[in-house]
Amino acid sequence: MIALVDSNNFYVSCERVFDPGLEGRAVGVLSNNDGCVVARSAELKTLGVAMGMPAHQISPALRRRMTLLSSNYALYGDMSRRVNRILGEFSPEIEAYSIDESFVGLDGHEPDDLEAWGHRVRGRVLRDTGIPTCVGLAPTRVLAKTANRVAKSRPELGGVCRLAADAPETRRVLEALPVHALWGVARRSAERLALQDIHTAWQLRQADPKQIRRTFSVVMERLVWELRGRPAIALDDVTEPRQRIMVSRSFGRLTGEQAELQAAIRQYGARAAEKLRRQGSRACAVLVFVRSDPHRLGERQYRNSQVVALPGPSDDTRELIAAAQRGLAAIFLDGVRYQKCGVMLLDLVDAERHQLSLLQAGHGPERRRGEALMATLDRLNARMGRDTVRFGVPGEHAAWPLRCEHRTARYTTRWNELMRVKVR
Amino acid sequence: MASPILGAAGGRAAAPSSSGAVQPLLGCRVRAGFPSPADDHLDVELDLHAHVVRRPASTYFVRAEGDSMLGDGIHDGDLLVVDRSLEPRPGRVVIIAVDGEPTVKRLARRGDALVLEASNPRYAPIPLAGRECHVWGVVTHVLHALPGAAP
Repeated sequence: MIALVDSNNFYVSCERVFDPGLEGRAVGVLSNNDGCVVARSAELKTLGVAMGMPAHQISPALRRRMTLLSSNYALYGDMSRRVNRILGEFSPEIEAYSIDESFVGLDGHEPDDLEAWGHRVRGRVLRDTGIPTCVGLAPTRVLAKTANRVAKSRPELGGVCRLAADAPETRRVLEALPVHALWGVARRSAERLALQDIHTAWQLRQADPKQIRRTFSVVMERLVWELRGRPAIALDDVTEPRQRIMVSRSFGRLTGEQAELQAAIRQYGARAAEKLRRQGSRACAVLVFVRSDPHRLGERQYRNSQVVALPGPSDDTRELIAAAQRGLAAIFLDGVRYQKCGVMLLDLVDAERHQLSLLQAGHGPERRRGEALMATLDRLNARMGRDTVRFGVPGEHAAWPLRCEHRTARYTTRWNELMRVKVR
Repeated sequence: MASPILGAAGGRAAAPSSSGAVQPLLGCRVRAGFPSPADDHLDVELDLHAHVVRRPASTYFVRAEGDSMLGDGIHDGDLLVVDRSLEPRPGRVVIIAVDGEPTVKRLARRGDALVLEASNPRYAPIPLAGRECHVWGVVTHVLHALPGAAP
């Protein structure tokens, strides 16, 4: 069994923990340099503000009805780490899937106890961090993801939903779920599935796996198996287009060498940057994580992550790798043997839409040279094979001035920015 | 010399604190010409963070503003250590949002009712009945910087 623990409106929830006055208000968080909306409270969604909307397109009248904050990645990264640390007390098997979602392995749990387990986890995370979450429980990742979605949309469930492989309830849920809303199905695949008369998740589940494999891909075939309740997908197989990109891998053997981790992070960062450019996005921040092997009892156990904000939304491999290396340096611990590390690109925004504010930020000619370089790099690697041209050294990282006029205090990582409480 | 008891209390879990810095409380080591019974503990630095932070995931630091809790040694500007995982029981000093505004007070029982008590006689107790209350966390330690001595 697998649980997906997903924080509700994570960035906004982090802000509300330290400023309860934001509760009930329409709150949005902007990408760095205050470009686009990257997180929205439920109230903001109701006001019709779309994800990724450039801030300057929101009318002044509408703006007065909401609170728009600059992104505070130091805070979000620390709160994410706290949530995962708490999950680690419930199970050794945690896979951080993004800054606000983690899969938790539940091997050996009593099936009858699972919902109660979900409520316990939810209660603990809420008490210890103030972050509300939903828990989806199912035999596979795809179904757990679907269960989580159900938990979020039906308040009467109390934030926990379990979907068994063959339950009538699961069938009802899958029949009502459009196939494009399924985890791992890109828009273009959904269009092609529609041509095969597959419109819902249930229709995909009923499709012939071999046929699906021939017409689509191995990953799509695995989706069919997962929908039927048979685990077939490893975390790295699936990344949702548009929202986030993650590249991570387990090492063939444990390693304690910092240089090996640096090399891995460099490679994963470069791969993630390629994917980013292919879908025409830019990332606002980079998350790096490392962990030891939770199944090696007797080994020193360690897991940690770090979020590094970029100077502005970027798709430049050099900038992404440099940020990732800084993150790694902050969390690398000597004397631990690492089994896995990874890079996630967070808060992706549309490259085209963001052009204007990039020029405003004065990146002009240098930015165009960088773009030409990246395009050349991608062409070379596409034509001559992967890794024909690679990055050997992390790029220079200057102290970038970030525009963050509306950033809240870094309540948990800076002594001089702690939350202030009235003792009156 | 390093006390084995304090040394043991300073032993930390694998993960370093999220704030990163681990400050030694005492830097002195035993330099004796004979085997010390404390040898096994010599390499453990006293870690004030670990001493006041029992559960890193649920512990937060906040800054106090005001003087209503002087009787508990909480001064204006002091650093408070707050553990959200502790139960808000009567007798404990809690951070509690009353009608949306977080405040620091001692939770107390008066007859059947719960009240918030200040520990400065100039402040009246706040009855909780009929008000919207939300406990933020339980204050476990106060760090008070002495004038002129703190950086």
